[in-house]
Amino acid sequence: MSEVAVDVKDISKRFRLAQGKYNSLKERVIHGMRTPSEEFWALNKVSLQVREGETVGILGRNGSGKSTLLKCICGVLQPTSGEVVVRGKLAGLLELGAGFQQDLTGRENIYLNGSLLGMSKKEVDKVFDAIVDFSELEEFIDGQVKFYSSGMYVRLGFAVAVNVDPDILVIDEVLAVGDERFQRKCIDRVKSFQREGRTILLVTHSPDQVRSICDRAVVLSHGDVVIEALPGEAVRIFREGLLEEEGTLLVPLPDEEPEPRSSVTTPPGPDVEHPVRITYIAHTYPRFEEVAYMSTGDTLTIGVGYHASIATNDVVFSLELRDSDGNCFMRTATDILDLRFDLPVGPGLVNFFLDDIPLLDGSFTYSVGVLSPGGVLYDWRDSAGSFEVMCPGKATGFITMPVRASLLPPEPEAIAQMAPEELAHLESQG
Amino acid sequence: MALDVPASASGAKPPANGADGGVHEGFGLARPVADASPMAAEAAGFTQREARGHKVTRVVSPTISVPQRLREIWLSRELLVYLVRTEIKVKYKNSVLGLVWSMIAPAMTLAIYFIVFQFIAKNGIPHFVIFLFSGLLLWNLFQVGVQTATGVVVNNSAIVKKVSFPREILALASIGSAGVFFFFQAIVMVIFLFAFHSAPAWGYLPLLPLALLAALVLASGLAILLSAVNVYLRDTQHLIEVVMTAWFWACPIVYSFQSQVALRLSKHGVTWLYFLNPMTPLVLSFQRVLYGKVTVTSTVAPHLVVAELPPHSLAWYAGLDVGVLAAGLVVVYLGLVVFGRLEGNFAEEL
Repeated sequence: MSEVAVDVKDISKRFRLAQGKYNSLKERVIHGMRTPSEEFWALNKVSLQVREGETVGILGRNGSGKSTLLKCICGVLQPTSGEVVVRGKLAGLLELGAGFQQDLTGRENIYLNGSLLGMSKKEVDKVFDAIVDFSELEEFIDGQVKFYSSGMYVRLGFAVAVNVDPDILVIDEVLAVGDERFQRKCIDRVKSFQREGRTILLVTHSPDQVRSICDRAVVLSHGDVVIEALPGEAVRIFREGLLEEEGTLLVPLPDEEPEPRSSVTTPPGPDVEHPVRITYIAHTYPRFEEVAYMSTGDTLTIGVGYHASIATNDVVFSLELRDSDGNCFMRTATDILDLRFDLPVGPGLVNFFLDDIPLLDGSFTYSVGVLSPGGVLYDWRDSAGSFEVMCPGKATGFITMPVRASLLPPEPEAIAQMAPEELAHLESQG
Repeated sequence: MALDVPASASGAKPPANGADGGVHEGFGLARPVADASPMAAEAAGFTQREARGHKVTRVVSPTISVPQRLREIWLSRELLVYLVRTEIKVKYKNSVLGLVWSMIAPAMTLAIYFIVFQFIAKNGIPHFVIFLFSGLLLWNLFQVGVQTATGVVVNNSAIVKKVSFPREILALASIGSAGVFFFFQAIVMVIFLFAFHSAPAWGYLPLLPLALLAALVLASGLAILLSAVNVYLRDTQHLIEVVMTAWFWACPIVYSFQSQVALRLSKHGVTWLYFLNPMTPLVLSFQRVLYGKVTVTSTVAPHLVVAELPPHSLAWYAGLDVGVLAAGLVVVYLGLVVFGRLEGNFAEEL
């Protein structure tokens, strides 16, 4: 384990929500020197350790305290109690942009920002071109910042922050702005920072970003850390929290789940039209008892309990999987699987085994039907049950497939122009 | 290409490295850090990355002591120089005459007082321009410095809200830029001394740096204090303008202390009251050195020989200046304490 780069120790932050600020003496005198205020704790004894080289995402709704936390880490705000120990040079992009002096030009602001971060003029000289290059503001660099568009402003801010050679980079929702191309450029740079072993703290609204970039994520709600976990799980909890109307985030405990997860009981009895009826439906997967979700690659078992009131030959059980929008993405049936079930009178159980689930994160439902080979429906349970999948890895998207990649050996002409050390490197790789 | 995984994975961990304890001052250890691998350094394109052994540890906490604050200010001295330059640049940005304005304003004041007190309400002080300028020089430094510093945190909210640095530096930068203007005006003063064939009192010369230092310290203390208070009470900015006008007249700048005030005050035994104004001894010291003449022949009544300055020794002047310096240090301390208390919520209040 490497050393702690950012150590947030039990910090709390209290704000007074003033009902209108009284900034002038007259107003203060009129109101008896007291601003009518309500206390509001933006952070409640939050602790967080970020180790060197780690990338940690902070998720939370608006007002959950994530920006306040970041400001405290950056040292822009002081916590009411507790302390933050930051080891190394920290560059931050708080709420869309670095601190730019409006009246100065882009060039002067680069130097100003550099010196605010403790760099000498010479050090800024060294990275100046890289900053301008990255921001793509060559033509405007000698124009006053107040004439910049918001996109230009953010571009310059990001360019400064990533080029001043920080040990710790703090980014607050800044990746959400700018055009898509620049966004990608920023994310590429963030990833190269990761490879270089720098520490990154990221606040974002995009769970996909958290999953693809972060090693770990923290979900904040009302100034409390709800969970500190792997990105996938944190995103899941964050999403669940978003669904909660009341705002209190409840992490569902596995043992609170009813077992079986869904059950439909139909009184058994002879029925010519519906000789086979579904009595219950349940599903399971590894670690079903412990966690409320399955992982990508697990085996999902869906059991369909039935009751045959009349002995029926050649019964087909069908299964449909749907995503959270209700789109069916897989349909199968026992006849497709070349299975033939002849059912005697009485109860029974059919299990579907879905090996190596390729789904990534999300919530899915399934529907089950019983029918004759000719398509006469005996019984049908729409959205009979649902299950959650969480991907422990960094892949994003909808499903995962086995992917391979390789680097093709360079063309002979290219080899001829290679530098000796590059050749040596190539040879060592075989 | 091989993956350049942080080298920390391969070990090289310092022996005793508590995760919680010892982090505070635990920097400066010359040990290999995560990204000191040549690969990472190459990827970053910086040679100084290899010097990563020295990582600065910063503590964000509601309780940071005054010595710690002073230390941080000292570490940011390069920033101070840069901010002084920036402040001057911003002040005269988009103005045609630019820096010339820093000379025009005091020149105008000088001209007005000169005309009023030499031709209209004659005060009989010979070489009045020199007399006036000696005091005005120091006063301008003090007034301009404190007055611009008062609004400086509010005016730089864009930076204060986004970047962490010892914000006291902003107030000090205002004093610094006033110091730059002081320097220009001091050059004009020297030219005046030559032009009017007025010799300064060489023997009293040590008073000049002493009084200047005292004025800078006092102004810095007030600047730090007021810039923080102004964030919460924006009246401070306007109030200080009024106070400065009154304060100006409480100093013996356009009139002579010795010939016009001293007698009247001593009659009632309240001379000490006048010296409660910390700027009085400093202005007197400047006049003692630059004006140089204690007793002069009045230009109004040529048969009268009057004392324009207290006829005391160098030690008397120096003693008073040291007293002001000490008071100034107390104000600086108070300013830092107040600033530290108020600083925590700057980003929210602005």
